[in-house]
Amino acid sequence: MDKEGCRLMEFISEVVVWFSEDGRWAGSDGILPRTVEHLWLAILPMIIAAALALPIGVWLGHRRTGEFAANAVVNIGRAIPSFGLIILSGVFFLRAGVSLRFWPAVVALVALAIPPIFTNAYAAIVTVPQETVEAARGMGLTEGAILRQVEIPVGSAVILAGVRISFIQVLATVPLAAVLSSGGGLGQYVVRGFAQGVGARAEVFAGALLIALLTLAADWAFSSSERLLLPEGIRRLRPEEIKAAASVS
Amino acid sequence: MAEDVMIRLVDVTKQFPGVAGLAVDGLSLEVGRGEFVTLVGPSGCGKTTTLKMINRIIEPTSGSIVIDGRNSLASPAHELRRSIGYVIQQIGLFPHRTIAQNIATVPMLLGWEQPRIDGRVAELADTVGLQEEMLARYPAELSGGQQQRVGVARALAADPPILLADEPFGAVDPIVRTRLQQEFRDLQERLGKTVVFVTHDVDEAIFLGDRMAVLNVGGKLEQYDTPENILADPANEFVESFLGGERGLKRLGLLPVTGAELKWGPFVDVSSSPAAARATLEEHDVDWLGLLDGTRLLGWVDGSLLDDRSLVDHEPRPFLVTLSSDSSLRTALDAVVTGHARVAVVVDDGVYRGMLDLDSIAEEITE
Amino acid sequence: MTLAQQTMPLFDWSWVGRNLDTIWDRTIEHLRLTGFALVVGLGLSIALAALALRRPRTYEPITAATGIMYTIPSLAVFALVRPWFGIGFVTAEIALVSYTLLILIRNIVAGINGVPPGVREAALGMGYRDGERLRRIEFPLALPVIVAGLRIATVTVIGLVTVTSLLGLGGLGFFILDGIRRSVIFPTGIIVGVVLSVALAAILDLVLLAVGRILTPWTRRDAV
Repeated sequence: MDKEGCRLMEFISEVVVWFSEDGRWAGSDGILPRTVEHLWLAILPMIIAAALALPIGVWLGHRRTGEFAANAVVNIGRAIPSFGLIILSGVFFLRAGVSLRFWPAVVALVALAIPPIFTNAYAAIVTVPQETVEAARGMGLTEGAILRQVEIPVGSAVILAGVRISFIQVLATVPLAAVLSSGGGLGQYVVRGFAQGVGARAEVFAGALLIALLTLAADWAFSSSERLLLPEGIRRLRPEEIKAAASVS
Repeated sequence: MAEDVMIRLVDVTKQFPGVAGLAVDGLSLEVGRGEFVTLVGPSGCGKTTTLKMINRIIEPTSGSIVIDGRNSLASPAHELRRSIGYVIQQIGLFPHRTIAQNIATVPMLLGWEQPRIDGRVAELADTVGLQEEMLARYPAELSGGQQQRVGVARALAADPPILLADEPFGAVDPIVRTRLQQEFRDLQERLGKTVVFVTHDVDEAIFLGDRMAVLNVGGKLEQYDTPENILADPANEFVESFLGGERGLKRLGLLPVTGAELKWGPFVDVSSSPAAARATLEEHDVDWLGLLDGTRLLGWVDGSLLDDRSLVDHEPRPFLVTLSSDSSLRTALDAVVTGHARVAVVVDDGVYRGMLDLDSIAEEITE
Repeated sequence: MTLAQQTMPLFDWSWVGRNLDTIWDRTIEHLRLTGFALVVGLGLSIALAALALRRPRTYEPITAATGIMYTIPSLAVFALVRPWFGIGFVTAEIALVSYTLLILIRNIVAGINGVPPGVREAALGMGYRDGERLRRIEFPLALPVIVAGLRIATVTVIGLVTVTSLLGLGGLGFFILDGIRRSVIFPTGIIVGVVLSVALAAILDLVLLAVGRILTPWTRRDAV
């Protein structure tokens, strides 16, 4: 085996050793608790962001106003660097004397999660054909009923796409919170490892591998569950049409 | 003679992969040089497929197509297409180029020098009736009718001997369509191009074509003849039902007035005496009198108003419908049933030529 | 990782005044990292999109692969690539470029497919060869959609470049990381880093918008 191959084997065995160390999985700094933390740091902001953004987005879409706001939100949301946002949030919480382990990340991630959810919710409702809405109105449905029984179901694919985009984005940003403290879910392995240099290269690589697997698994889980969450008639749309509708962000 | 045949399809067949049945099954057809041939038929009869095989947008599965003596497969497809004009229903102007640039497309592909291109573009704009100031505009700024004129100009730019048209006026509103049909036919007569024109509208085919190819499903050629002959004598039930109702009237629309015998009728010079006028009335047994000034037609006068006054003192009323020598018998029939006089008056540049009544028209039909 | 507990005042203008050249250098570095990623990303995307357009069967696998690259967080990509390419420019660029692929390829393909079929058929009928047709007819008409994708990719990459500070690069991200890692936390640097990178994103977005408009004069004319 040549020199390159030797080094590769050495590296791989380092990584394997890292995974099999005592307490690596279940211990206090272990993979499982960190994965749970990682997921929780993504899900909680999503819940908060959805609770804020979905109703507003859907309502503005129904009233067909606020297009300017919707555009502004998506543009600003894309421009603000998530890394900078988390760090800034950390600074403010530090000055307020609050522990950096949890809330700074959550606040920053909520801000990050809102734009895709809002924009897609707005677009989903706005693009429901006016004739459909008017027909419902003509049949005597109240505004709220129109929203619940017509607009939201018809727009559900796009709304769900927005939630999905937002979730993946948040999940991908959680590791950056590791810069602030000992949190950051699985990101801690990577950030800590980078700071420690070559000696921790196995940890860095293993952490990255775990992060990659987690985010891909989450993405896959989301697309599979679309089948369950979307109403029948919408599901029958060709995938390209759904994607086209979803590419608002 | 072989040289007179511009396009020859020999046993052309097209099978689309994954589709049951043949789109075109062994079609053989010849189009003469300078001839205007229409391909008509119901949807699915393969008329568009056949057209597109001529310029190889669709490649034939088997059979051969000979264009101006050469096999169409001999040269690369894109070269063949640069020598054939192509006009389609969706028009397909390039939105990102000006009208002038659109028209200049094929000349640019052929590498003409710019001055020659500019001259040709101006010439064509004039030919198809586009104002010069439109040349700098973009397609989105033009109406549908104007866009299709540009489409035709673009197809003619490199002066190709052949023009292929696939329902080019289908996307245009009916009033504009009629005008475009008329202009297109006049254009072809002036330029002498060989045209193959696809349409599902049998009346359009009757109006435009020197010969009409009626196709059935699978590209089956049911009849290929002049519109007059097909209308007079449909080959079978399919053709007959495809021609639609009022076949006789449609055929009349193709027969020119000059084919019939014109009568002189109760027309007198305005300088004639009142007595002569009354005599003419009695001779023709009608209640109206036509007035002429030399050879010029002035109008007609109600017979009951004739008295001893000189004819000059009467106010002649104009005929509701006057025809020219190249009007059709159908228009003549329309005139006969419309006017008070029950005749169709034929006038060329104010000069009276004669008249037709119901009898003379009927005689022409039964011939 | 524990941080210092003390922070300096929220914003120190004099520091900005004293360090204008460092700020400028970092901005240029940021632009360099961004520009390189976009140019390489666009080039690769055009090639892959052309492949997908010529052989439609490859579109799914290409989208799946670039989708995976897009989903994996940039931080993880840095770490996964690092054993082979070390810490530095190449590692950063691999991650940044792979981020742009999904959106650019998708937009190029959508743009070209969005050209009206009548226009494509007319071009074919006039005698354009495939390559010429793609270049001179379909690509210009696809520009609006492509530029839209390019704008999104640009803004995204600018944000991601800040993360490369963890690799020792970072452009404006340097100020962000440095600010939080000092023995006394330095908010001024962080704020400068964030504000300037947002400004950079906004400016480049507008520039691309303007360039897009200039390249597509026909979209500006209204129907008569």
